[in-house]
Amino acid sequence: MAAALETIGLEKHFGGLRVTRELSLKIARGARHALIGPNGAGKTTVINLLTGVLRPNGGRILLEGHEITNLPVHKRVLRGLSRTFQINQLYADLTPVETIGLAVSERLGRGGDWWRAMGSRDEVNAEIAETLSRFHLLDVMNEPTATLPYGKQRLLEIAVAIAARPRVLLLDEPAAGVPESERHDILAVVAALPRDVTVLLIEHDMDLVFSFADRISVLVNGALLTEGPPEQVAKDPQVKAVYLGEATNA
Amino acid sequence: MTAQADIGFHARRHARWHAGEIAFWLLALACAFAFPSRYLIMTEIVRLGLFALSIDLILGYAGIVSLGHAAFFGIGAYSAGLLALHGIINEPLLALIVAGLGAAVLGFATSFLVIRGVDLTRLMVTLGIALLLEALAERYSDITGGTDGLQGIEMQPILGLFAFDMFGRTGFFYSLAALFLLFLLARRVVHSPFGLSLRAIKNNPLRAAAIGIPVHKRLIAIYTLAAFYAGIAGALFTQTTALASLDVFAFERSADLLLVLIIGGTGYLYGGLIGAVVFRMLQELFSIITPQYWQFWIGLVLVVIVMVGRGRLHRWVLWAPNWLIARLGGRKAAVAVPETEGP
Ligand SMILES: Nc1ncnc2c1ncn2[C@@H]1O[C@H](COP(=O)(O)OP(=O)(O)OP(=O)(O)O)[C@@H](O)[C@H]1O
Ligand SMILES: [Mg+2]
Repeated sequence: MAAALETIGLEKHFGGLRVTRELSLKIARGARHALIGPNGAGKTTVINLLTGVLRPNGGRILLEGHEITNLPVHKRVLRGLSRTFQINQLYADLTPVETIGLAVSERLGRGGDWWRAMGSRDEVNAEIAETLSRFHLLDVMNEPTATLPYGKQRLLEIAVAIAARPRVLLLDEPAAGVPESERHDILAVVAALPRDVTVLLIEHDMDLVFSFADRISVLVNGALLTEGPPEQVAKDPQVKAVYLGEATNA
Repeated sequence: MTAQADIGFHARRHARWHAGEIAFWLLALACAFAFPSRYLIMTEIVRLGLFALSIDLILGYAGIVSLGHAAFFGIGAYSAGLLALHGIINEPLLALIVAGLGAAVLGFATSFLVIRGVDLTRLMVTLGIALLLEALAERYSDITGGTDGLQGIEMQPILGLFAFDMFGRTGFFYSLAALFLLFLLARRVVHSPFGLSLRAIKNNPLRAAAIGIPVHKRLIAIYTLAAFYAGIAGALFTQTTALASLDVFAFERSADLLLVLIIGGTGYLYGGLIGAVVFRMLQELFSIITPQYWQFWIGLVLVVIVMVGRGRLHRWVLWAPNWLIARLGGRKAAVAVPETEGP
């Protein structure tokens, strides 16, 4: 069976800067895979390449065995690949109901509906209701996103990605910047993701990484340093060298 | 499933008609009977309102700036003029629709140039297209009548029943009916998932694409629809005045249009209509005070709007519209002057 997501010799250059170097990753179906590495290692760039926000300078990307290297962003989403952003990317003026409603409508192929009002389809409404309640957003569902507290916005960022019902979900530091008091909600949501969804998690918090992941890839300067199950990566002297200092203050 | 029913209720919050909106349209209709000697200027306002509604669709909802919206107005105007002049389509309503479709075709064709760029590119491209059309209209004066415009247009009765009269009564009701129907359509569109996706694209194109919204396709669709609306406005101009000259393409027309929308506010559909009334009133007022310099005063209004800043303007100048919207839409602070659109 083909891997959920695979890259072959992926390359990305920004001018003279080689940010992704011959990166070959394989993420098994149903995996809880973590991608770690120091700041600026190129983790977010990998996600941007996988989702089509950036075009690679070389290499290929396969989603469930199908080539998606040149597919535009929105088509990859419809193929079952969705993501959260390290820095929230939400609609400032739209409410959670509208935000989730859009994601659900697009996935059900109703996004181009121009005659029926949003909210007039039961199957869409049911999913909005379910998603909002799962992410504790019902109480703020009519507030413009820009006015929500940061923790709620972070939940919405994840909710939107999940409303697309991905088979492969990419999480770029989901708990980044969330105050300690609200962290629990986010982590619980991440832990409760359905098992059949393949997850690639980028995270600096090593406790979270080791409790969550069944496989870890370590990225340094855009290249894969090592990859393996958590116990093995934890013992790896190269990883220790890179993370000495990083891990202690995380 | 009460939660689900609730969601439907909340999601349709803005799609429901509010008392204030009904009052707005009754008032518009009442004007028709209250000022029977003012049909001509009221027709002008209705047409300007429709034109502004058109640019609100792309600017207020999708965040596409344009300095050349007169291109579509002009195509609509000349199409309607030529159809009537050469007796190709004599029935005005049908000619109106055909003229609108002509503008829509141009909108679709040029959308590919417009949607990809950033704001500045969009301003330049739209401006360029309008100037180009104006130059073409001047060059092919045997068709367009050049600087003299189309001469001798005679309009047949609408549907064979309602003849255009010299007081402009028929023209007014005809224009108002067109505006109302197109408004209803626009209102449906903006509250649909499609319309909502435009606002999503305006807010954050990156996130829009990341939930599966085909950004370019949606922008092309709304740009084409807006061109149709502008074309209808242009065709109404020709049909109600029996005139079509080069100034239908003029830069001032596109620029005034932005001013109308800035005055009325974007993104709630009524902005263009309210803006058209206020703009035309200001124009009248200034031309009474200083006949030669009214353009200066209009310009000054624009400068003040820009200098004072959007936030404060929002509170001062748009106090009335905002109050109205609170009634109309049942929501707060919906009027926003176009922000620096996009990234
Ligand atoms: N659009 C861009 N143009 C130029 N350089 C870029 C661009 N995006 C990222 N970079 C550079 O590429 C490198 C990798 O950035 P990236 O954001 O992928 O790192 P990261 O591993 O996600 O870091 P962090 O842990 O801080 O989020 C950095 O040196 C960054 O400055
Ligand atoms: Mg990053």
